[in-house]
Amino acid sequence: MTSSPAHGADDQAPLIAARDLHTWFELRQWGFLRVGAVRAVDGVEFALAPGEAVAFVGESGCGKSTLARTLLGLHRPTRGEVRFAGRSLGELQGRALKAYRAEVGYVQQDPYGALPPFLDVRRILAEPLIVHGVRDRAERERRIRAALEEVRLSPAEAFLNQFPHMLSGGQQQRVVIARALILAPRLLIADEPVSMLDASVRVEILELLRHIQRERGLTLAFITHDLSTVRHYAERIFVMYAGRVVESAPVDDLLDHPQHPYTQALLAAIADPDAANATRLREVPAGEPPSLLHPPAACRFHPRCPHFMAGLCDVEDPPDFSPRRDHRSACWLHR
Amino acid sequence: MTGGRWRQGWRELRRYPSALLGLAIIAALVALALATPIAIPYGEALAKWRGSEAWQRNPVNAAPLWLDRLTGGDAPHTLVVESASAPVEEHAFAGGRRLRIPLAFDYEAGGFPSELNLFLHAPGHAQPPFARLTWRTPDGRELGLGGYRIGARERIALSQDRALERRLDGLVPHIGLLAEPGSAAAPGAEPRVLPGRYTLRLDVLVFDEAAACDAELVLYGRVHGIAGTDHQRRDLALALMWGTPVALAFGLLAAVGTTVTTLVIAAVGVWYRGWVDATIQRLTEVNMILPILPILVMVGTLYSTSIWLMLGVVVVLGIFSAGIKMYRAMLLPIREAPYIEAARAYGASNARIVLRYLIPRILPVLIPTFVTLIPTFVFLEASLAVLGLGDPLLPTWGKVLNDAQSQSALYNGYYYWVISPAVLLMLTGLGFAMLGFALDRVFNPRLRSL
Repeated sequence: MTSSPAHGADDQAPLIAARDLHTWFELRQWGFLRVGAVRAVDGVEFALAPGEAVAFVGESGCGKSTLARTLLGLHRPTRGEVRFAGRSLGELQGRALKAYRAEVGYVQQDPYGALPPFLDVRRILAEPLIVHGVRDRAERERRIRAALEEVRLSPAEAFLNQFPHMLSGGQQQRVVIARALILAPRLLIADEPVSMLDASVRVEILELLRHIQRERGLTLAFITHDLSTVRHYAERIFVMYAGRVVESAPVDDLLDHPQHPYTQALLAAIADPDAANATRLREVPAGEPPSLLHPPAACRFHPRCPHFMAGLCDVEDPPDFSPRRDHRSACWLHR
Repeated sequence: MTGGRWRQGWRELRRYPSALLGLAIIAALVALALATPIAIPYGEALAKWRGSEAWQRNPVNAAPLWLDRLTGGDAPHTLVVESASAPVEEHAFAGGRRLRIPLAFDYEAGGFPSELNLFLHAPGHAQPPFARLTWRTPDGRELGLGGYRIGARERIALSQDRALERRLDGLVPHIGLLAEPGSAAAPGAEPRVLPGRYTLRLDVLVFDEAAACDAELVLYGRVHGIAGTDHQRRDLALALMWGTPVALAFGLLAAVGTTVTTLVIAAVGVWYRGWVDATIQRLTEVNMILPILPILVMVGTLYSTSIWLMLGVVVVLGIFSAGIKMYRAMLLPIREAPYIEAARAYGASNARIVLRYLIPRILPVLIPTFVTLIPTFVFLEASLAVLGLGDPLLPTWGKVLNDAQSQSALYNGYYYWVISPAVLLMLTGLGFAMLGFALDRVFNPRLRSL
């Protein structure tokens, strides 16, 4: 694998970049015997430019969320590194690490679980400010109100004293987004931000995220399992499979001309406007998602791949090929 | 589990009559606990309880007034006849004066007094005065009770005058002096009170110019105050009243001390995991098999029985108590809550996560446990006192029970001596238990019956 300056990163230094990133969870028996490792993130490489919105797409269990947590610095990478604005995350300690936490906002999947149920909205939004030393109460109040207005919870007064359980799912997620934004981050990581919301509010939340991203010039890393929602909310897509990025391209190019067999299968599986197909069991790609504890050798997708080439796909890792302009795909088919 | 949740909790709590009754009992105990130190300051209470002259006009082992009311009897109250209100006659003679002090009183009670004492007070004499006592009954009999040389403070225990007892046909003086003549002559007959006006006449010879002599005749009753008295004439009301703040303070401080430390330690173990958690778990397991009562008995016997030392030992032994296991089980899933992850992502410190995000989440569930924990410590303190390891100075419910036991109160029929402190202990337990169980139903909806 070669380090690949991605789209948009040619003209600017990347805001955040992952190089050869591995996050493994070691399994131990009796507290000390190593019996294996769950390879949640297993060699991921990318660079995101400032102001860019990208999506990481994949089935559940492909390591997307672990990747998000590794980028947030909540998991230490087993190998490789995350660089943010030119500095390696692994080198950050104490004050510098805390400063990094203010630079990265995090929007989680379950909005109700993401909010402490015993605090009201004002306090929830005040917490990051307090943690980051905003002592002035009036200043905090001003920023809290501004954040609520920004996520369109207005008038802010109506929400300040509410507790999470008094809000609807969409409102809760807006509070989560407000909390992620209140420290004025440069990068926003949204881990399945709408998958637990009602279909009716999903688009609103996605529009809101996109709007805020454009307005603030944020870098947005948007993690989802749903390829169908990606087109309007990201500029670039990374398709992940078994802890690796198998294909990456600008959104339209990827959706219109998928190159990797896994991406093709994913796209074949999603939304078919024909209602008659709704009842048909669509298990494409066929087979089980791979075990991260014992991943298949070489190309992780080969056991499920319709184009499996014995002696190649199960022997040697495919490198990143570039079958189209700005389009990368790790598959021997492009050889 | 929020501010709104608390208000809602209170609304739900009001639906349980047991909770309201429990709250009422607790409120009454708290009111008593607050009023007591104001009515009887700490120092005064300690001094009085240690035993003092303040009690010498109290009867020994008198029953409480309410007991007399309940049994419908008209047991005699304590009667004090003072010379200050008596018509004293004075006759001067060469070298001194003669005082005639008639201590008259009407005796109408149905029973005999429990004891008869005469206190004489004659300060500032170079040569002690001399008093001759004459007892005059309503039917006109006169009985010489002998003569006494009086010191500055003299207590003449008429009840213990054996010679007088023989002259009264073997009846102890506090009965014989007030009995109807001949009422006890027949074998097996009980002496009866002769009601009417009695007079104890003192003929005192004083040998100094500026001399005086005050006399006080005390006919001790058989009932006293709202709680009765003990074997040292001490008013049990003092101990019962002072026992309230002591018991509540001990219970509350021990419950707070053990709950808070246990909770914080459990949360720290859950948060840091690894060897921190393992160490806490092993310490807890060791501590769980240590018997707390024998350790307290040992400390009390070998070192000190001060209630505050006991409190300290209880709290220290309670830190690594079984509660840690329970709290750990409750905190483990919360540790994985997304809001904790979010807090880490915005840079909250470990201390902040433990104290602000982990612990508050389980507090509502702990309130019922905490409330029911308070009386267990009250009982523990009482148990120690009953075992003779009560605080050496403070009057407490347990010490009253201990005194009652050492004086064989139940064998002697002084039931009130055991019942009053026991009822107070039970009320404490009942009040906190009723409130705690109702709170449990409010905060743990799974227990709620439909």
